[in-house]
Amino acid sequence: MKQILSGNESVARGCYEYGVHIATAYPGTPSTEVLENIAKFPEINSEWCPNEKVAFEVAMGAAFEGARSIVVMKHVGLNVAADPFVSVSLIGAPGGLVVVSADDPGMHSSQNEQDNRFYAKFAGYPCIEPSDSQEAKEFIGQAFDISIRFDVPVLYRMTTRVCHSKGIVSCGERNECGIAGFFPNPQKFVVLPSHARLRRQWADDRLQKLMEFVETSDLNRIDDGNGDIGIITHGVTYQYVKEIIPDFPVFKCGITYPLPVEAIRKFAHDKKQLLIIEELEPFIESELKTAGIRCEGKKYWPHCGEMSPDTVTAGLILAGIRKAVKTVPVPEPVIPRPPVFCPGCPHRGVYYILSKLKARVCTDIGCYTLGALPPLNSGDTCVEMGASIGVAVGMAKARKTGRGIVATIGDSTFLHSGMTGLLNAVNDNAGITVIIMDNSITAMTGGQLHPGSGRHLNGSEAPKMQFAALCQALGCDRIKVIDPYEIKQTESVLKEALNSDELSVIITNRPCALYPHENRRLVRQAPFRVNEDQCIGCHACMRVSCPAVSESDNRTAKGKTKSHIDTVLCTGCSVCAQVCPVNAIERMSENNDFRKDP
Amino acid sequence: MEGRALTMQEHITNILIAGVGGQGVLLASELLSDAAFLSGSDVKKSEVHGMAQRGGVVTSHVRFGIRVYSPLIPSGQADVLLAFEEAEAKRWMYFVKTEGRIVINQKRLKPPVAFLKGFEYPADPVKDVKENHGHVLVVPATEIATTLGNPRTANMVLLGALSGYLEITDSLWENAIRNRVPAETVPVNLDAFHEGRKLTS
Ligand SMILES: Cc1ncc(C[n+]2csc(CCOP(=O)(O)OP(=O)(O)O)c2C)c(N)n1
Repeated sequence: MKQILSGNESVARGCYEYGVHIATAYPGTPSTEVLENIAKFPEINSEWCPNEKVAFEVAMGAAFEGARSIVVMKHVGLNVAADPFVSVSLIGAPGGLVVVSADDPGMHSSQNEQDNRFYAKFAGYPCIEPSDSQEAKEFIGQAFDISIRFDVPVLYRMTTRVCHSKGIVSCGERNECGIAGFFPNPQKFVVLPSHARLRRQWADDRLQKLMEFVETSDLNRIDDGNGDIGIITHGVTYQYVKEIIPDFPVFKCGITYPLPVEAIRKFAHDKKQLLIIEELEPFIESELKTAGIRCEGKKYWPHCGEMSPDTVTAGLILAGIRKAVKTVPVPEPVIPRPPVFCPGCPHRGVYYILSKLKARVCTDIGCYTLGALPPLNSGDTCVEMGASIGVAVGMAKARKTGRGIVATIGDSTFLHSGMTGLLNAVNDNAGITVIIMDNSITAMTGGQLHPGSGRHLNGSEAPKMQFAALCQALGCDRIKVIDPYEIKQTESVLKEALNSDELSVIITNRPCALYPHENRRLVRQAPFRVNEDQCIGCHACMRVSCPAVSESDNRTAKGKTKSHIDTVLCTGCSVCAQVCPVNAIERMSENNDFRKDP
Repeated sequence: MEGRALTMQEHITNILIAGVGGQGVLLASELLSDAAFLSGSDVKKSEVHGMAQRGGVVTSHVRFGIRVYSPLIPSGQADVLLAFEEAEAKRWMYFVKTEGRIVINQKRLKPPVAFLKGFEYPADPVKDVKENHGHVLVVPATEIATTLGNPRTANMVLLGALSGYLEITDSLWENAIRNRVPAETVPVNLDAFHEGRKLTS
């Protein structure tokens, strides 16, 4: 049966077909839909975990027990899971453990562009890279074969374009596999230094065997072609190469670590020139150069940013293989559309007030990071998940006061890696203000559940973590819960906290407007409209940065544009109405509410 | 519109759909790739999720033909640009072949930052596009959809308008739509689609 599937859906399909038992993940673009789609197969036990490290450890434990296990994360997630990822190298993964890392060349939705193939080399694991949806499914089977045969975790490297592109996939049936159970063996599973030293050689031998294996593995492939210029490529870049220079001989690496060095040497033998076209770092290129194979790559192709058919062409022109063609005229810049808080977003009120109070804001990773963009401009630092509280504490130390310093952190991010930061703030007596933005969901990545959501991935009820009780248990005693739709209350609570030398925790409690998984009425009420007769064109309502509020075509007597509210987009949160100085924004009656979803 | 329908078997058909988060670009491209798949073509489709959904620019590349490699359209190779918004038509027109077509939704979405200095919305994006391209069709999709009873089906009107340029039969389009939209909304969506299709076929 053929289906049209995204790369992420294909990985999920592969998990189903190749008998995966346990799947764990922490959401992160572009990887998120893998677990969401695995969860559609009741045969596989799948669950979100609070962070990637925990997700890795759960999958690792399942693999120790002999279950086929998969753990999914975005590239930076592997930094969080790096400790177990590297440490398990001396143990192995008897049941089969595949680690999906979705890299994000071009940083479409990430804070960095790290190339996770280096992690495979660092830990001594094979790195498998599918180039389209069909391979994303098929290679899962081979990844488990390798993992089980060599007792090694496999790094399954996807990239944004593979994850989020769709293609046609032939689907098959599920192959059910047994779970062998755990065979106690302290020398293997308990990495005391004395045991680990013995295992070190074992791991080295394993890598040697993998190096022999890849020389003949059919994960790597040669496409015959004409001419004496050979291309080595991998991942989605292979597709661009085939699009632009379909007639060239191509060595396609399905495994990029370890590389089939001898097979490539043979391929290179009758070629005048060997070109490495790879996305991001010169990983293949330096491996081959180390092995003494003459090749060129980054001389012609960029090592930052995403590859595309256009960048492949540009490199070929630089290398003198393609004649420069008439270039498409570059268009003049068109108005940017920086992402903004959705209509009804509970983060809006908080950042509006923080901006008004000119607070020093150490923000974190999530939808609320958008508060740093104009017109709110409220966000001074943002590094990686969970950093906000530690950074705020550090600033307070250096400044010798926490007054005016705020850490804003989303609920999912707080559970991911903010709790220990808060514990440290308590311990340090840091006088900062911590705002936990509880919208009861992981919103930025598309509305995934977390331990504070009260629901399992399969829809059943789960224990609901209580933020106020948790913070209290961590030792905070100034905790306030506020409704971020109430601008006056938000302002007075924030003001008080910012002017104090004590550690204050403020928890906001409106659900996400886009993914209100509990009570929709909490974020969807009758919309507002602008009474243009009263509007004075002051644009105060536009400073709350809402997509539903824009300039009207009408002007005031002084020539200022009035405001307009798109009643289809408006969710009725009332924040703009609360900041209007002349009460020109009024709620429409309920029966005027014609918003119906088609 | 003059010109013959694009035949899909003689080359790869490249369609770029562009708009703003929340306009239904992704559903439209999903339906297009489904319909192309049902017609027996090899299909690839690519888009980027994430930040784009928070009011940002959304594009989707759909390519179909006998054998498709790259999921991305090389710039200057799009046969049709289906723009859900006027400034987006201007932003992406450079992707279109000289002889390609541009379908523009008669709709301006000014981003919330447009009131700030340096972020002004273009005075007349459609005019700018027409100065650069010969085959431009402006569709009052929201107006048509509203007349039909639901402004939210504007994306289906646009998809219908696009469909007139492609060799995919009516029944395949209908199947694609029935398979993907909620059952109770099939009639409104089909009405909107057909109304759009009338504009180009
Ligand atoms: C280590 C790591 N894992 C995952 C992500 C992807 N990611 C970006 S924001 C985010 C969480 C957002 O949730 P939350 O903190 O609840 O804020 P919200 O978006 O709901 O406002 C995640 C998981 C990441 N950037 N880094």
